[in-house]
Amino acid sequence: MINRIIAWLADVTHWQGDDGILRRLVEHMEYSAVALVIAALIAIPLGLYIGHTGRGRFLVVNAVGAARAIPSLGLLYLAFFWLAPRLSGEIAFLAPAGLVLVVLAIPPILSGAYAGVEGVEPAVRDAAVGMGMRGTEVMRHVELPCALPLILSGIRSAMLQVIATATIAAVLGLGGLGRFLIDGLASQDFPQTASGAILVAVLALAVDMVFALVQRSVVSPGLTGRYGKVSL
Amino acid sequence: MTWLRDHFVDVLGLAGQHIYLAGVPLVLGLLIALPLGWLASRYKALYPFLIIGTGLLYTIPSLALFIMLPLLLGNGVLNPINVLVAMTIYTVALLVRTVADGLGAVPDAVNQSATAMGYKRLRRFMSVELPLAVPVISAGLRVAAVSNVSIVSVATLIGVSQLGSLFTDGFSRAFLDPIIVGVVACVLLALLFDVAILLVTRLATPWQRAGSPTA
Repeated sequence: MINRIIAWLADVTHWQGDDGILRRLVEHMEYSAVALVIAALIAIPLGLYIGHTGRGRFLVVNAVGAARAIPSLGLLYLAFFWLAPRLSGEIAFLAPAGLVLVVLAIPPILSGAYAGVEGVEPAVRDAAVGMGMRGTEVMRHVELPCALPLILSGIRSAMLQVIATATIAAVLGLGGLGRFLIDGLASQDFPQTASGAILVAVLALAVDMVFALVQRSVVSPGLTGRYGKVSL
Repeated sequence: MTWLRDHFVDVLGLAGQHIYLAGVPLVLGLLIALPLGWLASRYKALYPFLIIGTGLLYTIPSLALFIMLPLLLGNGVLNPINVLVAMTIYTVALLVRTVADGLGAVPDAVNQSATAMGYKRLRRFMSVELPLAVPVISAGLRVAAVSNVSIVSVATLIGVSQLGSLFTDGFSRAFLDPIIVGVVACVLLALLFDVAILLVTRLATPWQRAGSPTA
């Protein structure tokens, strides 16, 4: 069984062309990246605002829970029937899939951003105000850097979910690595399905590792303790 | 919504199936995650391996797992056992970290007091550490429950019937009613699981409701 999967993956013809692995990999990353960026643009400012002002906490906690409960497949079909007649060409299929991935990615990013800002120690905030900073300055120079680890881990968990779920775009006939799963299932081609699954998992891992490096380099060393203890 | 009125019994049947497919793995997953989480919190060297290892399981797309498990387990594709196993894997993936962190957050002083009072390791775990970790574990369990309810619906693509069957049914007929009913039913079911877990947590943590001691 394993040998057949390796043989499928080792076959050069499976990697090339318009329906080859490389093309599908790029499509998969495109779908995931676009959805993640849109979700981040919505969720991070909203999370920062709610964490900073304390307004709408109730809304976040409950809306985030409810959004997590929405089944992606059902939402995909609903979005398809709602959007497809209003759009034309490939975008009629891309928009519903994108919407599903954005809805999936918003809750973890939003709760990360909100929890990050809310978790900033009051003493730190007071110190910033005491130094003469105004609301937006406190936000930009103190709360945002302090909240960064939680914001980034929210984005990371959103990213893992988006990469895994982007496979269902293939249900609408779109590309991405999900094609190998759906096509393999339809033609009873187990090595193809298994290879598709392995590729998605490897992609998720690779992107997560890159992100771990980014996280390490952008989070202030003052927060991670990499400066060592301050001597007085 | 006359469609719902005409098919109410069918929808209830699918919802029952959905509860079974999402709920049983929740319990099984918790039972598997408890010893793994305990190992991770007890032996620090194992922590990264167990946390990253089990976390990896969550990156396997559900569709892929549903398709591959029948072949790995040697069952028929339509056998619901495959879905139960897949959902148990996802539950374990989410819960090992929570259990480890929950147990790790029990204050040392509490553990030392218990030991000083003569609690042996297993009894200390069952009657001191585990109960104190319940609030954290319960939070993880709520996330796992919601995620299970949502993921189970994907099983319709391999032909195992539950509420997700309404999605494929509606999609193939270009008929919105079943899809909407299915989505709403899934959200309600997730809410039901949430309330159930909250109730059990409340019963299991009576000290959280006790007033502050007046001495």
